[in-house]
Amino acid sequence: MEAVHDHGHDHAHHPTGLMRWVTTTNHKDIGTMYLWFSFAMLLTGGLLAMGIRLELLQPGMQYWKPEFFNQLTTMHGLIMVFGAIMPAFVGFANWQVPMMIGAPDMAFARMNNFSFWLLPPAALLLVVSFFVPGGATGAGWTLYAPLSVQQGMGMDMAIFAVHIMGASSIMGSINIITTILNMRAPGMTLMKMPLFVWTWLITAYLLIAVMPVLAGAVTMLLTDRHFDTHFFNAAGGGDPVLYQHVFWFFGHPEVYIMILPAFGIVSQVIPAFARKPLFGYSSMVYATASIAILSFIVWAHHMFTVGMPAAGQLFFMYATMLIAVPTGVKVFNWIATMWKGSMTFETPMLFSVGFLFVFTMGGFTGLILAITPVDIQLQDTYYVVAHFHYVLVAGSLFAIFAGIYFWLPKWTGHMYDETLGKVHFWLSIIFFNLTFFVMHFLGLAGMPRRIPDYAQQFADFNLIASLGAFGFGLTQLLFLYVVVKCIKGGEKAPAKPWEGADSLEWTLPSPAPYHSFETPPIVK
Amino acid sequence: MQQAHSSYYIPQPSTWPIIGATALLFLGFGAALTMNDLGAGPWLLLVGFAILVYLLFGWFGQVASESEKGTYNKQVDISFRWGMSWFIFSEVMFFAAFFGALFYMRILAVPDLAHGASGEFLWPGFAPKWPVSGPGIEETFTPMGAWGIPAINTLILLTSGATVTWAHWGLIKNNRSQLILGLILTIALGLVFLFLQGYEYYHAYHELNLTLTMGAYGATFFMLTGFHGFHVTMGTIMLIVILGRCIAGHFKPEHHFGFEGVSWYWHFVDVVWLLLFVLVYWL
Repeated sequence: MEAVHDHGHDHAHHPTGLMRWVTTTNHKDIGTMYLWFSFAMLLTGGLLAMGIRLELLQPGMQYWKPEFFNQLTTMHGLIMVFGAIMPAFVGFANWQVPMMIGAPDMAFARMNNFSFWLLPPAALLLVVSFFVPGGATGAGWTLYAPLSVQQGMGMDMAIFAVHIMGASSIMGSINIITTILNMRAPGMTLMKMPLFVWTWLITAYLLIAVMPVLAGAVTMLLTDRHFDTHFFNAAGGGDPVLYQHVFWFFGHPEVYIMILPAFGIVSQVIPAFARKPLFGYSSMVYATASIAILSFIVWAHHMFTVGMPAAGQLFFMYATMLIAVPTGVKVFNWIATMWKGSMTFETPMLFSVGFLFVFTMGGFTGLILAITPVDIQLQDTYYVVAHFHYVLVAGSLFAIFAGIYFWLPKWTGHMYDETLGKVHFWLSIIFFNLTFFVMHFLGLAGMPRRIPDYAQQFADFNLIASLGAFGFGLTQLLFLYVVVKCIKGGEKAPAKPWEGADSLEWTLPSPAPYHSFETPPIVK
Repeated sequence: MQQAHSSYYIPQPSTWPIIGATALLFLGFGAALTMNDLGAGPWLLLVGFAILVYLLFGWFGQVASESEKGTYNKQVDISFRWGMSWFIFSEVMFFAAFFGALFYMRILAVPDLAHGASGEFLWPGFAPKWPVSGPGIEETFTPMGAWGIPAINTLILLTSGATVTWAHWGLIKNNRSQLILGLILTIALGLVFLFLQGYEYYHAYHELNLTLTMGAYGATFFMLTGFHGFHVTMGTIMLIVILGRCIAGHFKPEHHFGFEGVSWYWHFVDVVWLLLFVLVYWL
């Protein structure tokens, strides 16, 4: 390999203060910014969720006009998906991928910072849209036509926000794929990579494949709104269902984009605290790849009620159920990893085991919803809301928490407060179930989603859900406190605080040096 | 301008990302305001566009000069290759969305409107024979024929694919005049293509009454060919930049990814055109 030698490491001309963050090309700085941005969006989206649950605390119209309630649900979804969950995982990728494959940084360090700095303008477009004439879009986070064709200016802002976030995701993914394929340390073959790296490789592929399709969908929406095309208008030979097809061709891989890195994190944490290597490593890799490939041929299970030939319904039903096989492989592998392990339950492990329970439940409700005749009953009820919060909050978000606690010692050089971490876990899992478990019953009883009022018989469960939601929201402030406390100080963390952890990042001192591996480590 | 860590290359802190983000901030708000006929929208768009142009010149200029100084080693070169390949894949998927819309409308949506209840009660007498606008559109149009300008344009783009490869051979053989002549020919063919497409659009709007608002056919025709034309425009600009760099003596026979990346892009645009010619114009 050709080498460009310049050993005068002169860090003096690095900008300091705010400009350090604005101009940085360092994967750790950028990862940190991604994670803080994501947390800010989690609180913003969480605030909107509190608004939703406040209105639903009791039957009748209390606080909001119906159209503002729609704006709350829509923006809660958009902000959580594109602002909180996805950037959080990109933050993890930035911090961890170079360290785990023995690279000094990402392949395209400047573009890396560009991907991050595209997010604040997009977030600004979304948040400011609440204050323009007509308010934010209330078409639901899926932005279905024809409702989205009829909305006001807030809709255009959401469209451009999606464009910008899409550009950010595509650049970020190209960077991650290239880093993984081209920056691995000598000896780090693909099948030696930690599973977190594998899951991100496949996630990045999914992102590059489907974010442009979403861009296409919202572009058609834009031209239907302002340039009189008729993509989604039957009078002009179009079809509103076309929007749903294009959207869900993006949307279904998108849900795996939000869960595969979570699988990766859990696959790092469980072996570390079971003090056993991951059971069935290669089957985990193949399962991840299978899930990714299957995710492209199941999209219409979101659309069973729009009118579809029976053959189509059958195909999408069976294809969807097929995904349970590789997902099952993963769940069994995690359990087998713990089998006869010498387990301890520090906070990351608690969140991972919690993840295993609650995510698997979300997986099962997904299977139930995959059955076409059942789905026709449950479409757009709170059962669906319960299902996807089980996989997105208890799945993605809990894995994010697990990952944060797992790697905080490596990132900050301090141990976090274990007691408070455990309190955070127990409060989170109790309040989470309080909020969302009852939604299964509400959905089965027929309560529709995205409606600000409900019949009297739903009152008790809604009260429980709202109280749980407020508790869950407040609990996350405790998380903020634990993280800030850990950054400010605490017990000094050793290079490898977790006995069973074995990937490359633990060979670096804590906190990890500014450039992870200045010379490539040799992996045997 | 680099820190080298053994064989690794890491660029210095850079202000280009925040400049780019600012450009998109202006463009996003500017476009939203403009489309709703509000206030300073066009001005914001203009400012955003100006910053974007400044960014493209500045950032790519920096990359070009770093490359010429020999900053990029073999590993960086491979990274660029991966990066460009995945970028082109993302472009393929962008076009796939619009091709998907075309197939869906042509094969499912339009025939469905003439069958069953909607054909019987809503739009009796609607003949779903492609190319068609839609049952609610009274005006008629003439579809664009394949064997006039589009066929000539196919020939032009295919020829330009050959000339850019000929230029590449010139670069590899270190025959600079072949390189520069090949690029000039490619750019000229690209410009002729764009001119003919412009004429075709004029013809469509003024003589065929084929417009963007002409339902299923109008929307898919103009969105697909329009985005393709935009990509040809970008490709031509990129080729002009590469030509300028070649005249300035950039690139070596063994180290010229800037050239190759642009030629990959040009071939991609070429392939999309072939699909357009067959699926939009011809069949």
